[in-house]
Amino acid sequence: MTTNQVTKENDEFELKETCVNNSEVKKPWTANLVYAFMGILFGIVFVKAEIVSWFRIQEMFRFESFHMYGVIGTAVVVGIISVFIIKKYNLKTADGEKVVIVPKTFNKGQIIGGLIFGLGWAITGACPGPLFAQIGSGFTVISITFLSAVAGTWVYGYFQDKLPH
Amino acid sequence: MLEFIKQPWPWYIAGILIGLTVPALLLIGNKSFGISSSLRHICAACIPANIKFFKYDWKKESWNLFFVGGVAIGGVIASYVLTNPNPMVIAESTKQALASHNVKDFEHLLPTDIFSWESLLTLRGFIFIVVGGFMVGFGTRYAGGCTSGHAIMGLSNLQLPSLIATCCFMIGGFVMTWLILPFLLNL
Repeated sequence: MTTNQVTKENDEFELKETCVNNSEVKKPWTANLVYAFMGILFGIVFVKAEIVSWFRIQEMFRFESFHMYGVIGTAVVVGIISVFIIKKYNLKTADGEKVVIVPKTFNKGQIIGGLIFGLGWAITGACPGPLFAQIGSGFTVISITFLSAVAGTWVYGYFQDKLPH
Repeated sequence: MLEFIKQPWPWYIAGILIGLTVPALLLIGNKSFGISSSLRHICAACIPANIKFFKYDWKKESWNLFFVGGVAIGGVIASYVLTNPNPMVIAESTKQALASHNVKDFEHLLPTDIFSWESLLTLRGFIFIVVGGFMVGFGTRYAGGCTSGHAIMGLSNLQLPSLIATCCFMIGGFVMTWLILPFLLNL
């Protein structure tokens, strides 16, 4: 195996964990506005269903409310059915492309990182999505939590090679 | 109708709408749902610092930044236009347990006695606002995704690594909630 191949595989490992645009169609930036619109709808759902609430997360981890289990469970079932239909009928994107979903590969990060995120999730009462909605809801101090999360991401990137995977 | 929308939405409505985000993103633009990636793109765009992990074409992923920007705007609309006229309804047992650990505000989405600019410089506020946020950012990237990327997108595609990650999210949350939070809340 040449060095070139090693590098390429390494890049693929790193990118497939994050890069989630599998479209090869080049579009002007204004095409992104549809995603902003979807984000707005998503943010409204997040707040109106109180998924962004610290209390709902506490209830979930304390087994004292079904709400969050209902939300996540329903979302997963709808997602599974949707992906199944897309694959079975080989549905194409609006641009006529084949739908690509890159499989996840296992590494120890999903365990160690997952545990660290879980610990943090119960403290902040928010995963990354709700952080944005909380800021929008007027909890401006959460912008500090957001900046701290960006810092955490950056520190991970800095030490990535030294961490067990 | 508007009065109805202003009430808190039930779990099945939210679950269906969030689940439909998966096929919507796939079919509109071949995008896989994932929110914590936005934090990586922000690093890549603003502070790449020549780190390999942040050297990639983040502009190709800028849709993700538009999406999270939308989520923040959605938060504004939901809270200031579709305002819930009533205080939060919280499970009585949760309320009692938290009250016994020195949580005082049960009126808002977040307890403002913990999450406020005034409390930021207290030890308790610093841990909940700053340390917690750092763990969320570090942990999600280390795990390669968060609740959206693993628990919803990954499980929708029946990915075992995502199931493992999701279980670890929950284990971490249980450990924090049951063993560590009672101590942290009383700081």
